[in-house]
Amino acid sequence: MYEILRTEELAPKIKLFEVYAPEIAEKAKPGQFIIVIINEKGERVPLTIAGYDAEKGSITFVFNEVGKTTKQLGLLKEGDSIWNITGPLGNPSEIRNFGKVLCVAGGVMIAPMLLQVRALREAGNTVVTVMGARIKELLFFKDEMKALSHRLYVATDDGSEGYKGLNFLKDVLAEEKFDRCVAMGPVSMLQKVCELTRPYKVPTVVTLMPIMVDGMGMCGVCRVNVGGQMKFGCVDGPEFDGHLVDFDQLIKRQRMFLPEERLSALLWELGGCGCGGK
Amino acid sequence: MVVAESKPQPKVKKKAVPIPKQPPEVRKHNFNEVALGYTEEQALEEASRCLQCPQPQCVKGCPVEIDIPAFIKLLREGKYEEGIKKIKEKNSLPAICGRVCPQEEQCQKYCVLGKVGDPVSIGRLERFLADWERARGFTIPERAPPTGKKVAIIGAGPAGLTAAADLAKLGHEVVIFEALHLPGGVLVYGIPEFRLPKSIVQAEVDYIRKLGVELKLGYLIGRTYTIPELLKERGFDAVFIGTGAGLPQFLGVPGENLGGIYSANEFLIRVNLMKSYAFPEYDTPIRIGKHVVVIGGGNVAMDSARSALRLGAEQVCIVYRRSREEMPARKEEIENAEEEGIICKFLAAPTRFIGDEKGWVKQMECIQMELGPPDESGRRRPVPVKGSEFLMDTDTVIIAIGRTPNPIIQRTTEGLAVTKWGTIVADENGKTSLEGVYAGGDIVTGEATVISAMGAGKRAARAIHEYLMSKK
Repeated sequence: MYEILRTEELAPKIKLFEVYAPEIAEKAKPGQFIIVIINEKGERVPLTIAGYDAEKGSITFVFNEVGKTTKQLGLLKEGDSIWNITGPLGNPSEIRNFGKVLCVAGGVMIAPMLLQVRALREAGNTVVTVMGARIKELLFFKDEMKALSHRLYVATDDGSEGYKGLNFLKDVLAEEKFDRCVAMGPVSMLQKVCELTRPYKVPTVVTLMPIMVDGMGMCGVCRVNVGGQMKFGCVDGPEFDGHLVDFDQLIKRQRMFLPEERLSALLWELGGCGCGGK
Repeated sequence: MVVAESKPQPKVKKKAVPIPKQPPEVRKHNFNEVALGYTEEQALEEASRCLQCPQPQCVKGCPVEIDIPAFIKLLREGKYEEGIKKIKEKNSLPAICGRVCPQEEQCQKYCVLGKVGDPVSIGRLERFLADWERARGFTIPERAPPTGKKVAIIGAGPAGLTAAADLAKLGHEVVIFEALHLPGGVLVYGIPEFRLPKSIVQAEVDYIRKLGVELKLGYLIGRTYTIPELLKERGFDAVFIGTGAGLPQFLGVPGENLGGIYSANEFLIRVNLMKSYAFPEYDTPIRIGKHVVVIGGGNVAMDSARSALRLGAEQVCIVYRRSREEMPARKEEIENAEEEGIICKFLAAPTRFIGDEKGWVKQMECIQMELGPPDESGRRRPVPVKGSEFLMDTDTVIIAIGRTPNPIIQRTTEGLAVTKWGTIVADENGKTSLEGVYAGGDIVTGEATVISAMGAGKRAARAIHEYLMSKK
């Protein structure tokens, strides 16, 4: 059992949890993830680590209350416990002095990006950050990101704050030379970023969170086509060369269990698990 | 003069007592155990068939060297408690072995009765005693006095559990690190409920816990801790690696990443470990279409096919590239599958998968095979017949063509010798290239059986004990 030390609502339906997990906190590095199981009947949900404090023995992660498990998770409070957390999983990010790095983060992945930006900055990079969300209400960590980045751009899908969409990056990329781009966020955003950086040949690393079950290489559901080769998101990733990823296939694979996921969330909201009280 | 009366020779009972089973029509709609186990009368009757050979051949075939005639004799005399004790001298997981061991290839293969009729059903008798004991509650054997030595076991599968039990009995402090959230390894994620109920695995694991073994769940060694850290920083004196062969193999043909195509590992992990058959009560979903195709001919293929049927598939077809004779699955399981209505298509192999506009598989193209001369495995090699491609309609494909070792330990343990297949190099006692590090089971041999992994766990436990006691 893993005790929740702190919860914070960062934006509507976006929550941060700090959990006591000293063994994971001691080992975690930027780019890695954990598998969270809420109770005995729960699914194994991969979540990117957004922070760790070895001294305090805690890790933090941020999630969006979209499915049954994340909604259930959202109801937990400080002092409650999570049944099982496994980690850290996946390969840590490559952090060194690349020169000038463009970091693009969207949605809940703004949280782990903060960790990434800090590490890149400490390694001596010049960091230009873009953070985006659907609407301005869903933006969070703006001040923190601003403080850590050499420059910060904000974008929203509807233009309610900052730039409308990511097309403004065309000009940025045309004017400045970047040595690396790091992107974390929804798959459609990652695809867009890769399209934008491709003409300028900026090496672009994307963090993929495909559907996973075990998260340690056993099931293969997280397989991704990277440059014509089959790679597993969990053990070969989660970071890949974005210019080689088959995003269209990835998007289709992300939707494989959408009807089941919706059913599960709906039944739960209606107050039953669907078992008919058995 | 007294004429010696000739003693009548006992008649050899050629036929084994059949094990009661759920009828196929019923069982194909549920996940309950198929074979129901002997009643006391049936067990006594079957035990009475044993000839009690002075030089028993059956023991030769047992990877953990159970004294088979002795336990059968005790059973026959109604001494069940002593009978199960006799088994447990060598085997800590009898309820599991009685169910999933391929006895026909091991102990029963050597049974003398097999020459004139059916061999004694040793596995079913082992199961009877184990089930009898479980129903009554376990007696915990005495442990040797504490040695002060600490052993880390990596992986709570058959090899790890066996090694842990033996080392705990010898007085060592044992901690098992299991990467998944439940103990049992392949016994919980791989073998389905209808062949091995999870409550039985749970009970056997509880027995091992009662021996004083500590179980840590959700610890992926190589990530949470590495082996050098366990030895140098965490106070362990020795390590046993029993991480199994848990990585799925794929075919490498076009269209393999379409929706509806599962590795057998994914499919079985969802169904067994995550209990998707009870979705949405359990959170992990599974989707089964109408026409399920399973690729492969081993026990995992049979387990996948029979699970798919129970999840409501209209038709389940196993596609295997060789013929029935070469199928590696247990004969009993092939029969069970066919009784349930599963179709086997032999001498065919997939060449590509064709999807619909949503990226879901709708057809599979296969090529006909013929058998050529034997290959290195001794089985006849399948050779494609030119121009014999044909299409099969399918909406769910399960690829069950074998599993390979998980590489995380090998990648994170410097100095650990590994073969080109990714298995760990170890001698027959499990000793690896690193001092104090032992390995056994599928991680050393590649995918094999539960009992051979247990045998390896046993031998390694013995070697670890010797190593620890000789070390100052």
